[in-house]
Amino acid sequence: MANLTLVQAINLALTQEMQHDDRVVLLGEDISINGGVFRVTEGLHERFGSDRVIDTPLAESGIMGTSVGLAIAGMRPVPEIQFEGFLGPAYDQLVNHAGRMRVRTRSALTIPLTVRVPVGGGIHAPELHSDSPEAIYTHSKGIKVVMPSTPYDAKGLLISAIRDPDPVIFFEPKRVYRSFREEVPEEEYTIEIGQAKVVNEGSDITIVTWGAPVYQCLAAMDNLPEDVSVELIDLRTIYPMDIDTVIQSVQKTGRCVIVHEAPLTAGLGAEISSQIQESCFLYLEAPVQRVAGFDTIMPYYKLELSYLPEAPRIEKGIKECLAY
Amino acid sequence: MAKTAISSKRLSDQLPNQVLIDWLRSMQLIREFESRTMQAYQQAKIGGFCHVYTGQEACAVGTLACVNDDDPVVLAYRDHGHALARKMTPEACMAEMFGKTTGCAKGKGGSMHMFDRPHWLFGGHGIVGAQTPLGTGLAFAAKYEREVLGQGLDGSEAKKKVSLCYLGDGALNQGAFHEAQNLAGLFSLPVIYIVENNGYSMGTAIQRGTTMPDDLCLKAAGYGIDAIQIDGMDIRNLYDHFKPFADACRAEQKPGFVDLKTYRYQGHSLSDPQKYRTKDEVDQWKERDSIAALLHHLMTERACVSEEDWKNMTGDIRQQVREAVDLADKAPDPDVATELYSDVYANPQKGLSPSCDYNHGLKNPLL
Ligand SMILES: Cc1ncc(C[n+]2csc(CCOP(=O)(O)OP(=O)(O)O)c2C)c(N)n1
Ligand SMILES: [Mg+2]
Repeated sequence: MANLTLVQAINLALTQEMQHDDRVVLLGEDISINGGVFRVTEGLHERFGSDRVIDTPLAESGIMGTSVGLAIAGMRPVPEIQFEGFLGPAYDQLVNHAGRMRVRTRSALTIPLTVRVPVGGGIHAPELHSDSPEAIYTHSKGIKVVMPSTPYDAKGLLISAIRDPDPVIFFEPKRVYRSFREEVPEEEYTIEIGQAKVVNEGSDITIVTWGAPVYQCLAAMDNLPEDVSVELIDLRTIYPMDIDTVIQSVQKTGRCVIVHEAPLTAGLGAEISSQIQESCFLYLEAPVQRVAGFDTIMPYYKLELSYLPEAPRIEKGIKECLAY
Repeated sequence: MAKTAISSKRLSDQLPNQVLIDWLRSMQLIREFESRTMQAYQQAKIGGFCHVYTGQEACAVGTLACVNDDDPVVLAYRDHGHALARKMTPEACMAEMFGKTTGCAKGKGGSMHMFDRPHWLFGGHGIVGAQTPLGTGLAFAAKYEREVLGQGLDGSEAKKKVSLCYLGDGALNQGAFHEAQNLAGLFSLPVIYIVENNGYSMGTAIQRGTTMPDDLCLKAAGYGIDAIQIDGMDIRNLYDHFKPFADACRAEQKPGFVDLKTYRYQGHSLSDPQKYRTKDEVDQWKERDSIAALLHHLMTERACVSEEDWKNMTGDIRQQVREAVDLADKAPDPDVATELYSDVYANPQKGLSPSCDYNHGLKNPLL
């Protein structure tokens, strides 16, 4: 066991998967010699050489398209896109090729591709460096969408993602990258893609979230009266979504608040709330609440924390839901 | 490098002293501004990422000196220098980085997004390469106004314009740039792509990132675009070569490409450990410093600037930038109640921001 940050846990997972399978290659801008903008791939160049840890030109469409080509030829590419805002040029290759290749070829081709992308706000970055586009890729079928919030989960989920025969977009919440450490086993382990985690068991109200807001929810819970019992669910995988865990919880609590950084309208909160309404209608004591980013462009740092679903706003949402 | 030596009669030699003195002032303003930018960044007054222009001053000042004030300009994200050279006030530029309401974009864009429409500055842009088709479009509009409409937006008579579109050597590798060049070549649009070739894209040296790194002009040739390589550390040389080139693109309403050799003295951003280059290399470039070279010319060959003048000039500039920092410091923060929602749409209406009054204690005052 080692005490690792999210960055280190991801680095460990990459190391072990590269040892485990010679067909795993990493590619991206400045990931090799420099170790990546967030230093996630630090040391891997020294260890595996530049044949397998590849510095690419500044060309996201090329990085993604080349990765799709590698994958359909039987390699296991793990490209890094430096920030979620730079997925734009890669979108075509990811959505129109990676996501559709299996159905287009009736499974003659398989696409074991894992795209690593730092995501989300809260690090004082400007727009294009702080967004949360997970709903966009969830809506684009053929791609799995994963967003761990802890070092332990990140390691296990990343190994699963790399071994998965389908394309996975692996979102890494930058706000959590170095925010804390936890015990992460040295040995290889996997966490099944598609399983939520109950972070805290409770009986009065359910909170569903993923990524960095997990910690805002925990902070909000600290501020609630002692007798309020909250069940906090970290989805961990956004697509496939473990809706069963959510439904079981809401059938128990009768109340639910969904928290995400992405803008409210057409965010994943809408989908989750709709599924809850379909399966828990007679159990609900209050309308499902959503606490999300606002329907605006992620603002520059002065207004960043006003945009994000920070603890006070979550607390208010919980209280309103309880008081209904 | 500039191939033909214009030995006897250099174009820049025909310019009056004052023009070159203005260049010197403009370059020194950028340098001073950027050192204060670094300081402010270290003091956490500037959010996000901060990329300074130190070392490349001659590129912005020299190229902009060759076009008219109403020729459209579009930039990459390393954009403070061009904004100042285009006469954005240091205060508006600094306040933008501080995220203050007095910034050129009301403090909403930050370091990478310097916009100044009255000065025909169509922005710095954070997605590398994405500004290049905009340059093509700006040129298209100018050509359309002249050839089809006969007038500009303000009703004035349309003239032959040339757009300047700046990019870094890293942006050479983005697909968007190749599409932009092909369009410009095909439609013969008057846009000049100015590659500020400082040899690095973040930590990737140009020869590790692009083909034919020593002769980028070959790339433009693939799109039928005239290209020229110029030493961007010597502003007089830059003017000698770029001025006729830009004039030709304007006169013939055709695109151009410039491989402008330069160097950034600082790291890619202010949090760059710079493992990819040696101090020796940086020092060698600093020996060819563009400000020192122009100052030397003005003090000796032209003998129109004295030690005293230079001292006064740098003192004035220091004062000017200090005031800009003070003003930016004192300027108000954006008001969350209005600024979070404003400027997203021209005409806010019900239904466009439905979350604004939802569960967060803030009301969108526009609705
Ligand atoms: C599409 C996209 N990919 C990656 C980045 C991150 N990034 C910002 S600047 C940069 C390097 C750009 O180098 P260059 O074009 O040479 O400009 P310079 O920094 O030298 O001015 C990179 C990789 C980005 N902003 N946009
Ligand atoms: Mg460069």
